[in-house]
Formats: sequence, structure tokens, C-alpha cells
Amino acid sequence: MTTAPTLRQHAEEEASRLPALLARAEQLAGTVLLGDHGRRRAGLGDDFWQYRPMAAGDSYRAIDWRRSARGDSQFVRDREWQIAQSVLLWVDQGASMRFTSGRNLPSKADRARLLALATTVLLIRAGERVGLTGWSLPPRGGRPQIARLAAALSDDGADDYGAPEARGMLPHARALFVSDFLGDIAPVEAALTKAADRGVRGVLVQVLDPSEEAFPFEGRTIFQSVGGSVAHETLKAGDLRGRYLDRLAERKGRLDALCRLTGWQYQCHHTGDSAQNAMLWIWRAMDGGHG
Amino acid sequence: MTLFGALGFTTPWLLVGLLALPVLWVILRAVPPAPIRRLFPGVVLLLGLRDEEQVSDRTPWWLLLLRMLAVAAVILGLAGPVLNPETDEEAAGAAPLLIVMDASWASAEAWRAQETALGAVLARAGREDRPAAVLRLTEPEATTFAAADTVASRITGLIPRPWEPDAERTGRAIEFLPEGAFDTLWFSDGIARESRTPLLEALQGRGSVTVYESPETLFALAPARFEDGNVALSLQRLRPGPEREVRVVAQGRDPSGAPAELAALPVTFADGAVLAEGELSLPAELRARVERFEVVGTASAGALTLSDDSLRRREVALIAGSENREGLELLSPLHYLERALEPTADLIDGALPDILPANPDVIVLADVAALGGEEEEVLDWVEDGGMLLRFAGPRLAGSELSREEEDPLMPVRLRAGGRSVGGAMSWGEPKTLAPFDAESPFFGLDVPPDVTVTAQVMAQPDPTLAERVIAQLTDGTPLVTRKRVGQGQVVLFHVTANAEWSSLPLSVLFVDMLERLAVSSMPAEPEAAELEGTTWEPQMVLDAFGTLRDAGTLPGVDGAALATGALGPDLQPGLYQGEDRSLARNVVTAETEIRPAVWPDDVPVRGLAGPEETPLAGWLIALATVLLFADVLASLALSGRLRGARATAGTAAALVALALLMPGHARAQETGDSQGADVDFAIAATSEVTLAHVLTGDAELDSLAAAGLRGLSDTLFFRTSVEPSDPMGVDLETDELAFFPLLYWPVTPDQPTPSAEAYAKLNEYLRSGGMILFDTRDADIASFGAASPNGRKLQDLAAPLDIPPLEPVPQDHVLTRTFYLLQDFPGRYASRDVWVEAAPADAEFVEGMPFRNLNDNVTPVVIGGNDWAAAWAVGENGQPTTPIGRGFAGERQREIAFRFGVNLVMHVLTGNYKSDQVHVPALLDRLGQ
Repeated sequence: MTTAPTLRQHAEEEASRLPALLARAEQLAGTVLLGDHGRRRAGLGDDFWQYRPMAAGDSYRAIDWRRSARGDSQFVRDREWQIAQSVLLWVDQGASMRFTSGRNLPSKADRARLLALATTVLLIRAGERVGLTGWSLPPRGGRPQIARLAAALSDDGADDYGAPEARGMLPHARALFVSDFLGDIAPVEAALTKAADRGVRGVLVQVLDPSEEAFPFEGRTIFQSVGGSVAHETLKAGDLRGRYLDRLAERKGRLDALCRLTGWQYQCHHTGDSAQNAMLWIWRAMDGGHG
Repeated sequence: MTLFGALGFTTPWLLVGLLALPVLWVILRAVPPAPIRRLFPGVVLLLGLRDEEQVSDRTPWWLLLLRMLAVAAVILGLAGPVLNPETDEEAAGAAPLLIVMDASWASAEAWRAQETALGAVLARAGREDRPAAVLRLTEPEATTFAAADTVASRITGLIPRPWEPDAERTGRAIEFLPEGAFDTLWFSDGIARESRTPLLEALQGRGSVTVYESPETLFALAPARFEDGNVALSLQRLRPGPEREVRVVAQGRDPSGAPAELAALPVTFADGAVLAEGELSLPAELRARVERFEVVGTASAGALTLSDDSLRRREVALIAGSENREGLELLSPLHYLERALEPTADLIDGALPDILPANPDVIVLADVAALGGEEEEVLDWVEDGGMLLRFAGPRLAGSELSREEEDPLMPVRLRAGGRSVGGAMSWGEPKTLAPFDAESPFFGLDVPPDVTVTAQVMAQPDPTLAERVIAQLTDGTPLVTRKRVGQGQVVLFHVTANAEWSSLPLSVLFVDMLERLAVSSMPAEPEAAELEGTTWEPQMVLDAFGTLRDAGTLPGVDGAALATGALGPDLQPGLYQGEDRSLARNVVTAETEIRPAVWPDDVPVRGLAGPEETPLAGWLIALATVLLFADVLASLALSGRLRGARATAGTAAALVALALLMPGHARAQETGDSQGADVDFAIAATSEVTLAHVLTGDAELDSLAAAGLRGLSDTLFFRTSVEPSDPMGVDLETDELAFFPLLYWPVTPDQPTPSAEAYAKLNEYLRSGGMILFDTRDADIASFGAASPNGRKLQDLAAPLDIPPLEPVPQDHVLTRTFYLLQDFPGRYASRDVWVEAAPADAEFVEGMPFRNLNDNVTPVVIGGNDWAAAWAVGENGQPTTPIGRGFAGERQREIAFRFGVNLVMHVLTGNYKSDQVHVPALLDRLGQ
């Protein structure tokens, strides 16, 4: 079982392989808080932006006397307007995520948490505020938040298939949903629709086990969900393969379509592949390609 | 038992179970294989999917067939199928059953089978309510019929006897036959005998006769004979057969007294032959310890022969007072003794101190007065049972031995001078021998009238004289006297051992007397006449199975009967002890000839076991197991569960196969080349003189040794007429050493100790003139104490070697002057202590001679610690590779080291040649020049 410290350590390792990720702030309005993201215009902030001649209405306190002493006119020092972005995470904690088909493969939950926390580490390092959807852990900045998130992500859910938590989403925040999305798709649709309504854009990462992709089963088999709530018996598992794969492709297609509709981005990741690939993709998606 | 042609079933009703097979087919067909439960999160995607084919869930027909076959095989197997079952052909007559058993030594081999067959016969008789009786031909007793069960309970008490049912016993058996009509089962031992016919006729007069005979081969081992220095063994088998090799072993006691197998001899019967001969060459000591010869893997007294004194040759040590009379062989004091004893005894030559540890049976002192300080040891030896045989002569007569006081090693006191009769200068005629007394060991020997005595030593009259005289002359003077000392005895012939004083040694009586004194061994089987009147006490007796037992309280046996009498309860085979020798009586004698018994055609002959009966149950059950295993695999494959198992099993199988193949492959390559490599090695080593170093396994040291010997070889090439080729490294375990005059052996603390075979090779090398230069390479800091690890290792390495006593190189050792004049033998170190074989103890300095006269051999070892190889070592370009000392002094030391090497090789190649040169001045002086 992945405990919080080891999860964090793995995540730090993953995060250390990427350049600092600066999430792009799409909207400066709304949840304005001072942060590291310059808006390339003068405003409230810590970083120097420009000197400009003193104009009417500027108070004397605003005059930068050191600069003004070099000439005859008075200059005012402008600072760049800076904000911080909020990123909301949802990682599926359902029992189905705890599945793995081989001894050498990580479980889907492991991989999902790793990706989520690695993203967190990068975002926090870049000064963003990261939290969970819902009310349990609102977005905050600073390294202690990494530990809090790691602890929160380590919890296992009781349900067989998790449903996305769409409450508490800050308007115009960014979101990262990691799940296998094998459960009922209706809550996902609802959550994404709600998010789109509130201007939240994000990334949907579907984590699948290789056996779920290949369906390498033969003979008479009773398939059970990990939580044991759903079972299906077949006499010849091999015959089901084609139809199962069709359904899986259909599910993926539906998720993709949903994302296109709502402005999200969709990616399918397999636990048999390297986590780095998924991380890179998430970074690019979160950055919006505008490095 | 129910029969279906050649196939029978012991429990045929089980075959009904075959009827259940169709039912089983239907049931198995209906039941689909058990499902596997799998966790699979994608199950939600499967919900609602239906199986297309409903039929394929059933077990496939071939799997069903497999299972049916397995079940059928189990049913058939449990029904007890027997191929060619033995059927009861014997008419179950109501007549009583008489069981006649040969019960001889020849039955012992198959006794267990006989008991089993007898048990079966009696059990059947019991079921048929037939009374039975058992008659053993080796021990005929009055027989009455009793209930078969009662007889069966006595089977275990019946044992075979180690003698044969001869005519007399068979005759008695005929008398003991019970009244009335009966059927007979005859358990024969398979050996043809004259006495069988009357008994068979008598039995056939009463009813039917059936013979049981074991088809097993029976061996008869004749007593071992001593021929031409070898032990000759002859082995018979009952029936001719294919070529067969039989192992005959000599059992005895090892020096610690524990029973051991002393020697083994494979004896081969040619195809169709019934007789096989073999010869075993045994040293005298080993031969004397042999107690019995037996055929391995048999349990019969006939396949075993006890050995007695006839095989044992006494060891006689001959010592004469005056030996240095070359050319006068007939006058040699030992000539007649040697001629008399040579055929029957092992003679030992040598000095007394060397002989005594060999513990001979007899020491003969021919005209020896003084024993040179060994009296104590000789006395101890006599008291332990040795026999000291002395002959008089001029020296004994002239000595003061046993003159005033009786010497413990002389039977009597002697008068001074002795006497001479019948010579040219004396009165009287030569004396002849008086007949022997009844108490004398010579009693019964004929005295030839032409044996005369012209001189003798005279005994002092003593109170004990009369009882010590065992042979005397006609005038009553003693000729042979004897005294018992402890367990041994001292015997004195008052004449010489040659023909100077008497003609006794020329006569056959001399040989007979020596034999009676047990100086010589008994030549062969004793004649009955020789043993007339003696009584022999049984020591160990044999039973029919060939087991030796203590004879216990068995009475003594008359000698004549022992030699010729037939074996029986009164004369059991075994080992008999006479007065001073033992005699073995074996079951099989030299005359015994065994032939298979031939029965009339109307007598049915059966084996003890039905060899043709083949139970098939085991095979069928095995087949069922294999089928079921195949079913397991097939079921797993069908249900998709075989994949994981197959991967691991496949990997393991591949690994095992690989592991098996790899060394075999490598070995095959090795053996192919080894022959050629050996020849190449021999040619390379022998085409020129080649120096060699022992490979220590330390690569650096080995290359240093090779470089050192290369340097030495170059030096020899430049400076001397010895022109060696490149040095070679030798592996003591595999390489032949005989090609090399010198082995350089650098000692490291961690080199492997050679095997026993390698040490045998090294000792052979040292004995045949090779030399080993041991180099501890530690500057001899410990002076061969055990303090240095190299020194300790050297002690370990050299302990099994045959190395003579050593001493530091003396100043006049030939090693100091074989080529260069040297007094130091430095290598990389300049320690002086170099050890060589010690000079003989009697070498002395002679005035005016620079060197002692050491006509010694090449010293087999030179031991030092100066690391000579380092000083000699040169690279490929001929330049020294190892720095020695400092500056010019170091170069000088290297030069001296090379000179030592040259001297050493010269010493090995020329031996003591330079030692001989010291004689040149003396020779020139003698020639008057």
C-alpha cells in the first residue's frame, strides 16, 4: 500500500524530471490573488514592471526618488500585476482503481495518485494553488499543501467505481481528473458540464490496466468487479474479446467527445507504460502549449 | 481366476465396472468445466454480453475419451490381469504328500525360493486336506504324515546342510519312507548323483513324483592352490551358459584385525564353458592373511573355499656367519638350506635389524655366534612365537657362546672345541643317526643309512639335556636339540648347514626334518597316511550358506578321516587345528565335479517360481496415471490456465536441459583433444633437454618461474654444452613428469596440495632419478621451522614424498663444483641454508683429500628459500626482469645465482661425475707417475 510519505517521494521524483510548470492563467479576472503570474501589464504585484513619468493623480509616495534623482522629472515605478491560478484535482478512489493484472504492474490507483501528485508538486513549485474538488481540501499554495494532498490522495474509497466530485469548483480554475472512467459515465458528463458552465477547463486522464485493454482471457470465467458488486459469467471468455474491445473503444470515444464539447483534453494512459509519458502530456495540456 | 485366452484376471467381477463407462461419458459430457473467478474492473463493460456458442462449454470429445481410457485402465488394472497365468494342472489327488528335499549345500543358494514354494505347496495341501511329510536327504529321519498346516509351521526350522545326500544317507531315506501310497514333490538341488536313481524308483512305486529345481546357476569353487607364486582358483558352474564374469574375492583380516576384502579376481566363464580358471598374484603377507575365497553374490558353502596353511608360505630369514666367499657356492652355509626351502617358503635376506621388524616365522642362523647386540630383540621375537634355527660350524665351535652359562638363545651348553670323528686324523668311523624317539617331532621319518656325521659340537651334560635332544647319533650324542622359549623355540643342529661336517644336508631326510620342524610349509594336501593317528580339533565350521561359525564343543576328528572321509554331521566342513598347523576341509574339493541332474522324461520338472507369469496390473495403473496427468494438462489448456504454468515450467525445463548439455558439450571437446595434446606435450618435452616448473595456480608466480627457467636455460645454452629448449610448466595431476630432469617447485602458502595419484607419480619420479628444487621464496627466514607460512606449506607438500634424510649443503658437496666452484647459492635472497640429501654416515675425511669420498647419487631434492627464479628471470628480450640487490653487488649476486643454476643442472645431468674426479690424483699416484 502506498503511504503518504512514499507517495510524496515518488511524486517528487517524477516532478523533478520536468521544468517548472507554469500554468497559464486564462482569466485574470475573478479570483484575483497576488501570485507569480505576471499579467504583462502594470498592476498590483511585487515585480518591477516599468518606470513612467509621474502623471497627475499619482501620489508623492508613488514617486521612485532614486530614479527621479538622476534627472529633472519625477518617475513612478510600476509593478507587474500578478495572480495565482487555482488547480483542482480529482483522483478516483474507487475500488476498481486498486486493480492490477500482474505482480510487476502498479495498480491503477498508484499510477493515478502518482500523476496527480507529481502535477501538484510542479504546480506548487510554480506558485500555483492546488486543491481537491469538493470542500475537503480547498486550493492553497506552499509546500505543506503537497503533504496535505498526498495524505488526502492516499485514502481509499469504498465504492466500486468512483464518481467525480463536481462541487466546490472555483470559477475559471483549472482541473485534473484522473480515473479509469469504467463506471457509470453519467456523473462524469454531469461534472464536466458543470465545470464548463463555471469556466473551468481541465484535463481528463484515463488510467487503464493493460489487461483491460487486451482482454487476454479464455474459457469459462466469472468476472467480478474488485468490490464484488458486479459479476458476469461467461462460458467462453475468448469469444467476448471482440465485443468487449468494441465497448471499450466506444467508452473512450465518448469521453473524448465529451472533452471536445467542454473544452477539456482527454488522454488514455496504461499502467504498463512509463509514467513520464503521461506526466509530459499532462504538463503540456495544463500549460496549454503556451509555455 | 478367470481366463480370457492368455489373459487371466484375479478378481474378474471388477470388470463389471466397465459397464459404468457409458454412464460416466454422459455425466462428464453434461458437466462443463468449473469456471475461474477473476477480478476484472472492466466487467461493467461486459454486462449484457451473451455467449454466442452454447455447445463449446462442454468437455471436448477427445478429452472425454482420454478420461474414459484412464478409468477403463484403472478398472482393468484393479481386476488383476495376469498374462500367461500359471494354472493348476496337478490333479488334486487325495493321497498324502511326501516332500523330499535334497537340503544340501547346493540347495542353500535357492533356499529362500524353496521355502516359499514349499509354503505354497503346503498351503494348497492344507486346503485340500492332504496330509504331508517332509524328508530331508541330508538328514533322513523317520517320517510320518501329519496335517499340512502342522508341517508348514515347521518349514522355517528346516535348513540345508553343508554336505551332500550320498548313497548311504539316501539308502537310509528309502528305509524311512512311510507306508502306503503317496505323491512326492522332490525339491532337488540340481546336482546329478548316482544315489538319486534308487530313491526315485522307490518313490515312483508309491505314487507320482514331481521335481522342483531352481534354474539358477550354481557355482562350485575348488580349494585354492599355490602355483608358480600365484594363487590358482578354479570355478565350476552347474550348467553351461553364455559368457559370464564372476568376481571371486579373498576375505581375510587387515593388519588391524578387522575383516576386509583383501583382493578380488574376476573369473570369466567362456560361452558354453562350465569351468573357469583364474590366478591371483598376492604378496606373501597378504596371502597369509587370506581366510577364505568366495564368489561374490552367492550364499552357498560350495561357492566358498577356506584356505589353510597350504596357502600360507612361511617366511624364513636366512643369515650366515660368513658370506664373502664368492664362487664357492656349494660351500656356502646357506646353499642347501636355500635349495631345501625355496619351493615351499618365502626366503628373506638381509641383516638382522632389518629382518626382525618383518616378523618372519623362522630365522635360520647358519654358524653365527654373535648377534651383534640384537640378542634382546631376537629373544623377544622368539618368546612371541618365533622359531630360531641354528646350525653349528667352526665359528660357533670356536666361540665362547653358551660355554659357562646357557645362552638364552641356545638350547644347550656347548663343550669347547667339539669333536671330529672318522676323518683322516682321527680314530673311529663316521657316526650315523639313531632312529628317532616317539617323543621326537621327527618320529616316523626313515633314517637313511648313508647319512654320516664327521664333526659336531658337543653338548655339556646337563639335567635338562635329555629332554631337549630330539635327534641323536648312534653313540647317543645329540644331533639336534630344542628348547622352548615362551611361545617359540630355539633349535640347534649340532652340525653345519652345508656338507662339511655331515652328509645330512645332502639327504632327503634334511628336507623332511625341516618340514617336521615347520620350517618349511606343507607342500600340498596332506596324505591320509601322514595324518594317521593325529587328532584335529575343529575351530570354525561352515554351514550350507557359507557362513563360518565357531565350532563350539564339536569333538575332535581323526586325521585320516579328515583327509579322506566324506562330509557329514561328524565331519563338518570347516577349519581344523592340529598341533602346529591348521587344515581346511571344504565342501568342494579339487576332485569335485558338478553336473546338472537328469530326470527321466516321465518326471515333471518345475522351476521354483513361475517366471512366465506376468501381472499386468501395475502397467495398467501406470497407464491410467499417465492418462490422468495428460487430462490435467489438457483441462488446464482448455480453461486457459496453462499459460502461466507453461511459462515457468518451460523456462525451468530449458534451464535444466541447458545445464545438462553445457558440461557434456565441454567435456566432449576436451576428450577429443586430450590424446593429441598428450603426444604433443611428450614430443615438446623430450626433443631437447627441458627444464620444468610446477604450476602453482598463481599466474604471476607461474610466469615468474617460467621466466626464471628461461633465463637459466639461456645461460646454460651460452655457457655449457647443455642446450635446453624453452622451459615448460607441468601440472602434477595430468602431465607426465618422467621427461624432465629438474622440476622447479616454488612454494606458495595457498597452492593446492596434489592428489594421491600425483604424489605416487612424484615419488616414482624421485626414485627414477628426478630432482625437485623446492623454493620457499621467503629467504629462509624461519630456517625450515614452521614459523613461515611458506615453510609450513613446504612441510605439508613434502610430507607424502619419499625424501631421504637431509642436511645443509656441506662444503665438499658435489653441487659446489659440478661446473663452477661455488660456496654460496644465492637467488634474490642470499641465504646460505640450502638443504640436500645427507651424506652417508660413514663418509669420512681422508688426509690429503680435499673432498670426502661421497659416491652418492644425485640428491633427489634441493630445498632452499632464495627465490632463484626471480634472480634468473629474463624477459623476452633476454634482459633481467627483476631487480636483485643494488648496483654492481646485485649484478654479482645474479651472476652467482646463474652459476648455482648451472651447477644444479650439471649435477642433475652428470650425477657424481665431478665427485669421481677427486680420485684422479690418488690414481695417478698409485700408477707411479
